[in-house]
Amino acid sequence: MKEDLTHDVPKEPSMLRQKELISGHYDALAAARDNGRKVAYTFVPGNLTELLLAFDVLPVLPEINALQSGMRKRSGAYITEAEKLGHSEDVCSYVKCDIGMMKTGLGPTGKAMPPPDLLLLSYTGCFTFMKWFELLKQEFPNAEIAMLHVPYQGGGVVTKEMRDYVVAQLRSEVVPKLEKITGKRLDEDRLKELLERSARAEEDLVWVLESAKHHPSPIDGYFGGVFYIGPIFTAFRGTEEGCDYYRILREEVQGRIDRREGPITPVGPLDNQKYRIVVEGPPNWTSFREFWEMFAAEGAVCVASTYTKVGGLYDQGFRHDPAHPMETLSEYCLGCYTNLNLPTRTGLIAKYVKEYEADGFIVHSVKSCNSFSAGQLLILREIEKRTGVPGGFIESDLVDPRYFSPANVKNRLESYLQMIEQRRHGGGAVMEASP
Amino acid sequence: MSRASFACFVGIDLGSTTTKSVVIDDAGVIIGRGITNSRSNYDLACEIARSEAFVDAQMSRLRRALAADPVLEPHARVLSASLERSFRYRQHARQLANLRRACLLITAGAQPIEATLVEILDELDALAEKMFTGIAGAEKRSEFFRDIAGAQFQRAAEQRADPRRLPFEDIVAVFDKAILKVENEGDDLTFEGNARAAFTRSLSLYAKASPEVRSAAAAVLDDLLARPPVVRASVGTGYGRARLPFPKERIRSEILCHGLGAHAMFPMTRTVLDIGGQDTKAIQVDGEGIVTGFQMNDRCAAGCGRYLGYIADEMNLGVHELGPLAEQATRKVKITSTCTVFAGAELRDRLALGEKREDILAGLHRAIILRAMSILARSGGVHDEFTFTGGVASNPAAVRALRDLVGENYGPRVLNISPSSIYTGALGAALFALRDVNRLDEEQRRPEEAHA
Amino acid sequence: MKSTLEIAAECERISLDTHLTTVRAWQERTGGRAIGHLPIYAPREVIQAAGMLPVGILGGGDQIEIIRGDAYFQSYICQIPRSVVEMGLTARLDCLSGMLFPAICDVIRNLSGVWQLLFPEKYVRYIDVPQNVQWEVGGRFYLHELHELGRGLAEVSGTAPTDESLRAAIVEHNLARRLIRELYDLRARSPERVPTSEAYVLVRAGYQLPAAEHAALLRAYLDAARETKRTELDQARVILVGTFCEQPPLGLLKTLERAGCYIVDDDLILGARFLTADVDEQGDPWEALARAYLEHSAHTSSRYVPEEQKGRYLVERCKQRGAEGVIFCAPSFCDPALLEQPMLESALDRAGIQHTAFKYSESSAQFQAIHEQAGTFSDSIRLWSLDA
Repeated sequence: MKEDLTHDVPKEPSMLRQKELISGHYDALAAARDNGRKVAYTFVPGNLTELLLAFDVLPVLPEINALQSGMRKRSGAYITEAEKLGHSEDVCSYVKCDIGMMKTGLGPTGKAMPPPDLLLLSYTGCFTFMKWFELLKQEFPNAEIAMLHVPYQGGGVVTKEMRDYVVAQLRSEVVPKLEKITGKRLDEDRLKELLERSARAEEDLVWVLESAKHHPSPIDGYFGGVFYIGPIFTAFRGTEEGCDYYRILREEVQGRIDRREGPITPVGPLDNQKYRIVVEGPPNWTSFREFWEMFAAEGAVCVASTYTKVGGLYDQGFRHDPAHPMETLSEYCLGCYTNLNLPTRTGLIAKYVKEYEADGFIVHSVKSCNSFSAGQLLILREIEKRTGVPGGFIESDLVDPRYFSPANVKNRLESYLQMIEQRRHGGGAVMEASP
Repeated sequence: MSRASFACFVGIDLGSTTTKSVVIDDAGVIIGRGITNSRSNYDLACEIARSEAFVDAQMSRLRRALAADPVLEPHARVLSASLERSFRYRQHARQLANLRRACLLITAGAQPIEATLVEILDELDALAEKMFTGIAGAEKRSEFFRDIAGAQFQRAAEQRADPRRLPFEDIVAVFDKAILKVENEGDDLTFEGNARAAFTRSLSLYAKASPEVRSAAAAVLDDLLARPPVVRASVGTGYGRARLPFPKERIRSEILCHGLGAHAMFPMTRTVLDIGGQDTKAIQVDGEGIVTGFQMNDRCAAGCGRYLGYIADEMNLGVHELGPLAEQATRKVKITSTCTVFAGAELRDRLALGEKREDILAGLHRAIILRAMSILARSGGVHDEFTFTGGVASNPAAVRALRDLVGENYGPRVLNISPSSIYTGALGAALFALRDVNRLDEEQRRPEEAHA
Repeated sequence: MKSTLEIAAECERISLDTHLTTVRAWQERTGGRAIGHLPIYAPREVIQAAGMLPVGILGGGDQIEIIRGDAYFQSYICQIPRSVVEMGLTARLDCLSGMLFPAICDVIRNLSGVWQLLFPEKYVRYIDVPQNVQWEVGGRFYLHELHELGRGLAEVSGTAPTDESLRAAIVEHNLARRLIRELYDLRARSPERVPTSEAYVLVRAGYQLPAAEHAALLRAYLDAARETKRTELDQARVILVGTFCEQPPLGLLKTLERAGCYIVDDDLILGARFLTADVDEQGDPWEALARAYLEHSAHTSSRYVPEEQKGRYLVERCKQRGAEGVIFCAPSFCDPALLEQPMLESALDRAGIQHTAFKYSESSAQFQAIHEQAGTFSDSIRLWSLDA
């Protein structure tokens, strides 16, 4: 039974296509054992899809499972289960959702989720990942586990030593473990092929993301963006189907630009865009549609977001480089959004506000994710100072429904947008932030 | 005195505990204010608040009209006061009649409860008559029917209750059910509906009412009733604003309304702090009263008015008693957690350790204000002038803590507090209504410059 | 000879002083600069080799009121970053020329960015301690990190660390660490002689003193403690887990002891005891430091230990110290402590070791509930112990 996760959200052809891809992937996972395919669990930031696919290994992304459970309104129950097992209410709801889901033996689509042959602990941009996979190791004691420590860009730059460190780990830790579980050697040629395709898809993705610079914007770069990054951040980067998807998407978006149309939102096409907004922070998944509706109903289109860069910062120039496979994988991991330091993140958002000609920016702060959230209040004030544009602040969570209060969220959003509106009619300048 | 109807603008603030309404004229001057306790029927709460504001507006017009008339001028003060009392008495009497009807429907002939209830209600009727005579009676208008009648009912019930025959709880239970009915069904409490009857009663009580005075007064009333205020626009705001029967353009966030309202009350305002029952808001405004930034604490009750409510309950005090008691503190007690869930436990622990009530309370007030300081800092700081609104603004201990902390951290700031601060949101809403209409008029006068 | 109480009182004064008076006094005397570092582990020897005083910053505890710090962090984030920012914004830390942020969790990690934005004129470095423990991989990376750190610190002080100066610093810090180990051993053997509330401030004082001075204090306390005669009470012997970063208030530690627990091991101020053996005093000192980290580090939540059964380290420590139970004492919202806890609890369950858990914050002032809980726990161990 294929559950239609997006039945609430109107469909663009590309959306249907990505839905097919993703559900196809879940089917493949359900059949993995029978087909003798190996399965690796890993994370979106720092994901090594090309490497895994070069070994014919199927990737499972527990974060995606968690957000899928959230969108299907199952996460609440899973979280409660995990808390009964002793997990604190203070910790990340993705982890708890996953733990709760594991107990059912099923994945978010209701199909069996295969156990991991390898836990590829890509330790990129988030401390919780380490604990998450340690917990999974307890559940799956027979799985191999590989730690890939991706150093943090504390100083705002990627140094040669950081790159070398990741490459060394790939060679000494990750590849050997993949060889062990599959019984195959690494096929470098295959890897290069995959990387070349990645670069192609990345070109199209960046084009799509930057299309939001148009007036009106043909895409929503946050809510809509979530669907656009699906294939490339999961099992399809490097594949023909992946490239295909981005080609279709690009054509679709071009069509909308030609017709001066806006994106399709839960309240219909958003051609009359009153507010152009940049968003920092992950979305809420349990009330995803409702949250999007709040924006669309006010005529607010998201022109850029940072969440769409968690699996890679392609719009700042990075492309996978098939000529240097290990180095490029390393570079890729180091550049994921949550691995950037606060000053860099601040600069990036300020740049988006200017380049995408935004009327405002909103920080969506989620309780679960300290990686995103710690310091966002300062980021907010810094960007206001640098751009002169006011920032809004909304709080909720990733997949714990107890932390999304529609009334509070709507109130803050409406107040913020009304504020922008009033200022257009002749208000003052942005206040200098006082220490 | 103008012969034409006059234009007015209405702002309604539908809060979680109270609903407020403000009526202003086309110069932005407040001509009437009304307040009622919010209830399950939002439409009704809105209606009652609005009608209270209009009653208020009409009363002030009446007062001015009486004073302006040469025949009535020497009697104006006494007549106005008497009229208001009669009017309020009439409103109250109508509510009591509704209450009686509702109670009898509930008791449905059962004895001895019904007979006891009738006695109690008779007593309330008699009390009402006394309440609205004399100057003291006129002050009652700021209290809600539910509270006045409720307190009187309780006392009367206590006297008549008998644990075996007729327990106190049973009697009071009837009131609790009946009052809900009364509040949610409403009644005509408008000026127009009750003015003439009240008027007649006043004049009949007034010894110096010569035929000349009577006819002059009647003429004034007729003139007033013939030219009711015409509402050109209304704007709704507040917690329940989505439920208001207004089109979308006429609904504004309470952040904006609060900012504009505070600016109207204190034109040099740049930072507003509102500690309401449910949330705390820090708002930055510019010279026009337009919001430039804000932060809210709406998930957590810590530091909100509700918290003080819990503490008051725990200590068996009225909320309004907490501040004065805290002012008597002699020692510094540091309270680190203002978590409402643990409020009771924390309080009991400290009392058990021998801490004095007033010291604990002072610490609590400081802790609440510390939370407000965080929200203020997040919103952009405290700039001159600083306006403090919301129920907690009438709490002297809270104000003192705020003054101290702001002074320590931001330097000297002018701190503005208005006794009418509860109307800030409604005032802002009314001003937005006025601004909207002015802008529309402006656009109509210059159609070629209006946007599509 | 000073008594243990006198020494402890002096150490309490030094360590809980958020104005860093002791550091300032040292600066007056020597004209030297100081570099701060957050929990857990920082290579303090490198700072010393660059001619500066390493100062451990553990937050403001219950000593300061947070007013500005709350403007930087939402309510579902722990207290320590708030109080550290508060200290920074109230000039308490202006005696520090820089701040180091070792990798523990995302909050401290992002705090390094907050520091860069708030204090652009100060030296700030995030220290990515290696999660890969192979010498050719993690070791090589970390070695480079240490050298980079040395170069960066040299620019601040004008003094580049040399092999000699680094080795000398290692020797001094080794001594201090040995004495701390002795202190902990003594406490485990005779907890009545070394109350945890005293041991705590004794160790923490070292975060504001040069290593040699700290060693002298430790030595003096140990000598005095050995002379002390105190009655051993019938208390439960417990290990405290979760206190490696944001510190519990002293009152909490005292409460636990009053409630019937002898704390025979803990992870309080873990950074001061992170290296469990001496750093090699021979050969290349940079390599020695790097190797020591890879080979002799304590096991804690923020460190990945490959192929190990989670909790084995804790169970072994219980056996070594003769502990009868474990108290999980985690700061609210602490990801490392709270995410680790269920795994450690399972390990303890398998080993038949009792445990209890509660949360605190550095500014907690009320310990009634903790007293109840710890008391009940202590009773349950002593009266109804599984292997009684």
